Amino acid sequence: MSFLEESLSYKGLDYGAFFSSITGSDILRILQQQKLSHLDFLTLLSPKASNYLEEMAQRAHELSVQYFGKTILLYTPMYLSNHCVNRCAYCSFNVDHDIKRDKLTLEEIEEEAKAIAKTGLKHILILTGESRKETPVSYILEATKVLKKYFSSISIEIYPLSTEEYMQVIDAGVDGLTIYQEAYDEDVYKKVHLAGPKKDYHFRLEAAERACEAKIRSVNIGALLGLGQWRQEAFMTGLHANYLQNKYMDVEVSVSLPRMRPHIGAFDDLDFVDDRDLVQILLALRIFLPHGGITISTREMANYRDHLIPLGVTKMSAGVTTAVGGHSSQEEGTSQFEIGDHRSVEEIKEAIIGKGYQPIFKNWMPI
Amino acid sequence: MDELIIGGVSLKSRLLIGTGKYASNQMMPKVIESCGTQVVTMAVRRVDLEGKEENILEYIPKDIVLLPNTSGARNADEAVRIARLARAMGCGNWIKIEVISDNKYLLPDNYETIKATEILAKEGFVVLPYMSPDLMAAKAMESAGAAAVMPLGAPIGTNRGLRTKELVQILIDEIKVPIIVDAGIGKPSQATEAMEMGAAAVLVNTAIASSSNPIEMARAFGLAVEAGRLAYLSKVGPQARLANASSPLTGFLRGVEE
Repeated sequence: MSFLEESLSYKGLDYGAFFSSITGSDILRILQQQKLSHLDFLTLLSPKASNYLEEMAQRAHELSVQYFGKTILLYTPMYLSNHCVNRCAYCSFNVDHDIKRDKLTLEEIEEEAKAIAKTGLKHILILTGESRKETPVSYILEATKVLKKYFSSISIEIYPLSTEEYMQVIDAGVDGLTIYQEAYDEDVYKKVHLAGPKKDYHFRLEAAERACEAKIRSVNIGALLGLGQWRQEAFMTGLHANYLQNKYMDVEVSVSLPRMRPHIGAFDDLDFVDDRDLVQILLALRIFLPHGGITISTREMANYRDHLIPLGVTKMSAGVTTAVGGHSSQEEGTSQFEIGDHRSVEEIKEAIIGKGYQPIFKNWMPI
Repeated sequence: MDELIIGGVSLKSRLLIGTGKYASNQMMPKVIESCGTQVVTMAVRRVDLEGKEENILEYIPKDIVLLPNTSGARNADEAVRIARLARAMGCGNWIKIEVISDNKYLLPDNYETIKATEILAKEGFVVLPYMSPDLMAAKAMESAGAAAVMPLGAPIGTNRGLRTKELVQILIDEIKVPIIVDAGIGKPSQATEAMEMGAAAVLVNTAIASSSNPIEMARAFGLAVEAGRLAYLSKVGPQARLANASSPLTGFLRGVEE
């Protein structure tokens, strides 16, 4: 069964009726289990389960320490380009927006790399908008070649590629892929992706799987929480991660929990995820997928992020700018979204140590 | 004197420990000292030679044998490449082969591990393969040149104890190179149990690293391994189902009426 078929099998589920049937003892029983079914996972995402966050947190913490220890891997994003042909209702890089468009030259990429490498970071995530004209695969390959000199792990967060193209970038030195479905609910997806190749829901949905076929080492998926009904979106995110992990056992699968933040744009039809909700999602995911990675970006505020550490986070970004060239240039470019944690790598490192955890700078290398 | 010899090195301590999952590298020297271990394993992929503060090697005393492991390798080829990198990085010529192509249970791939063992033993490495306890696979690793064989007691990181006890016992009985129980040992009593069975050594990481007081827990494991070894050498007395006074089947020979 493909993930699409699996996700469609829940299309007829009456979430409201399911949620109202849940009792407190269902939740406590699930927290005792070694293995969770899909519906157990959904139970932990229910409104009822929000009354059991402390119990869930205890379990999630225990599993995290058991499988990952007290460690947090650090990385930072590097924006290579904000050229984009898509019209996404929620994004600052939307083609309709009159912002300064930039693309780093290979020399500028090297400058950025040097600035980032100085902070000690070894894991980098490169990002572009979707423009096969401005940032074709050949550009990604050249950028990777430069970045290899400075970083031991390179991940990409760019437009979805074909299997052959994923093979090319992997061959060049990319070992990780981040790709968010944004909205698993196809109707919501169509509503917010107004124009451009990103409109193709299915090509995007299957991108992570194509990268797995191409033998990537790690994939990181997620929904842009707030776009659709968040309990359902979080449910589908977990099922997607579980599907990938079961089918591609050699790939490290992780999940990000980006939620909507203010940006240049007019889209405000949101199912807002508050701080408690985000914690509930994180805990439910950790308990459902004890071996799965969980990434928390600087979209979240510094103090809030620190509190999330013992709940199951395995990876955090640090020293972040979401503007093209933001690490080395003094000029203020347009950010993709406003960040909530402006701390330097050093400050975040200290905060992690302060929580009794070890910041990890290197967890892979080209072999 | 009771010594364990691996790769020509004589070891007094039969406890090997890992370096993963600790809240801080600074704890390592104290953990090593308190348990008396002489062999410490570390993931090559985590070794950061450039980052002084984050370089785990800086925290391991010089007289300790480094046992770099190939964590992250998904097949024999990747394990071989990681092993060569470890040697180039100055981590010596011991290598623990870990080939895991399953991120769900983290079970080792015996087939690929055998292949990597053969290649690396030929290249002069002291090879310690981590494996699922299977007699034929262990024999293949032994004949491929493994210096010891490291069967798991339970899936890695689970702290669930010697779930594979029967199979590990067969390896202890049949394999000539040392059998080191690796993975799954969650408490000192389980380490003792493995040693009483005749395991040559045990490797412990999660149980120490994830305890509330790793330094004291390391000491507890050091003592437990020693206790188990002494018990093994002293030959545990036979267990009896019945109290010795009664002889229900042969008592009549002594004129005792049952």
